[in-house]
Amino acid sequence: MNAVTVPAAAPPVAAGMPPRRVLGAYLAEARSECLRYMRAPGFMLPILLFPGMFYLLFGVVMAKSEGADAARYLLASYGVFGVMSPGLFGFGVSLAIEREGGLLTLKRALPMPPGAYLLGKMLMAMAAAAVVVLLLLAMAAGLAHVTLSLAQAGGLLLTGMLGVLPFCALGMFVGTLFKGQAAPAMLQLIYLPMSFLSGLWFPLSMMPKVLQQIAPVWPSYHLDRIALAAVGMGQGAAWPHVLVLVGFAAVFLLLAARRLRRHG
Amino acid sequence: MTESSTPVARLAGAVKHYDRLTALDGVDIMLHRGELLALLGPNGAGKSTSISLLLGLSRPDAGRAELFGLDPQRIEARRRIGVMLQSSNLPPTLRVGELLRLTASYYPDPRPLAESAALAGIGDLLKRPYGKLSGGQQRRVQFALALCGRPELLFLDEPTVGMDIDARRKLWAAMRTLVAEGCSVVLTTHYLEEAEALAQRVVVLGQGRVLSEGSVDELRAKVLLSRIRCLSDLDADAVAGWPQVASAACVGGRLQIATGAAEVVVRRLLDADPALRELEVQRAGLAEAFTELTREQPVPEAA
Repeated sequence: MNAVTVPAAAPPVAAGMPPRRVLGAYLAEARSECLRYMRAPGFMLPILLFPGMFYLLFGVVMAKSEGADAARYLLASYGVFGVMSPGLFGFGVSLAIEREGGLLTLKRALPMPPGAYLLGKMLMAMAAAAVVVLLLLAMAAGLAHVTLSLAQAGGLLLTGMLGVLPFCALGMFVGTLFKGQAAPAMLQLIYLPMSFLSGLWFPLSMMPKVLQQIAPVWPSYHLDRIALAAVGMGQGAAWPHVLVLVGFAAVFLLLAARRLRRHG
Repeated sequence: MTESSTPVARLAGAVKHYDRLTALDGVDIMLHRGELLALLGPNGAGKSTSISLLLGLSRPDAGRAELFGLDPQRIEARRRIGVMLQSSNLPPTLRVGELLRLTASYYPDPRPLAESAALAGIGDLLKRPYGKLSGGQQRRVQFALALCGRPELLFLDEPTVGMDIDARRKLWAAMRTLVAEGCSVVLTTHYLEEAEALAQRVVVLGQGRVLSEGSVDELRAKVLLSRIRCLSDLDADAVAGWPQVASAACVGGRLQIATGAAEVVVRRLLDADPALRELEVQRAGLAEAFTELTREQPVPEAA
């Protein structure tokens, strides 16, 4: 039937993009995403300040009498507390604001490679999480005299950088539910109670029985267990907690992706 | 079937509802290579919805939307377009040069950065953070982002809103340069003079339908009517039959005539009725004429 293929007016070659340039687009997106937040003091300062101050107060000053173990325990907990916020806020708030401000619409109209937008934000959150963990590690070693092996410090850093991802997914989901400035308020309502209830501020053993029992509901509880294992204070295997977090991330990522596709 | 004349962009019988509101009600728009098409219409006429269908941001409920004969959601199609939307808050902390480099990275064969900057007239802004620019400067940066990928088709949604006259003229000149290079442009605007200055073809939308389509001159012929009002005993129906009279009617005891040649008609009126009083000739302003065109009855005639 179709005897001879007619040469199209515009050769499809024009639309072809060499893989190297596609990769370049992903890198450029990630680089821009990191740059724009590292330059925004309103974003980076609270992320560093809150866990830093808490650790200084409770981990360094007040834990002096309790010995290095308290400082070590709190390093893990405040590390997790610090890692949650770039995930929740970096992802959720920026998504909510960019949905409202039209940037997401523009990006969807532009030939940005698929996923580059989310990947860029993810890398940004991971970088911010790394900065938080490094800050706390420096304080723990320099001020609280916690002795960590290189493997332990590296383990905590890795835990933080990967552990930010489930919170990215949660933040992203909230960012698809609320537009603009409603999102940060909502995220605070999730962030602070969740941190408290999963024993990041006070050890769970000091809290009422009921709260101890429901703690495994929170993803931050599981990340805390992994972080504690990383600094050598783990109880039991870490892998069930890893699985819970992977599942948690997958569920919220799917929910968020579905909402984004439907509502933009 | 689709040989050399594949339209650059096409809406065919496009229907789009938002809840109970019908934003587009069977719209056909076709754009050919190297053509500048202006989409005009009042707010809510369906301009932005048409653009959003063509960009693949939303799907038509019925009918088709195509870019280069492809589904607009295909990235291959979007790599050949440039986009400037009505409102897009770009990251304020990024510098203009960084934004340009980022956007250019999405395209297979982008323009050199300096060339994009020069075309949009932002060569002096490259080092400035986007958030520190004035509204008009931000619009120019957005224009630079739209053209930096060397697109074959450019979507400009109200590009000159917030620009002063000088900046507007510069942007017009840049658009002409791009069209001369063979780029097609879809332009939406509130300003008729902008369409007049630039467009080869104008589509007027109203309430989700195409009200009129044609060259600028054809549109001008429709809207550049003058209105003559006077007190006279002449019969409106007879006057309506005069050459160059578009319409004539008796409104509130006054004879009211719409015409494209006011001088000729006035001369004949004065000859025909020496007792004629209170003669008024009013050119239907562009905006006013356009409002009349986009009313439900396109004839500028008060009943």
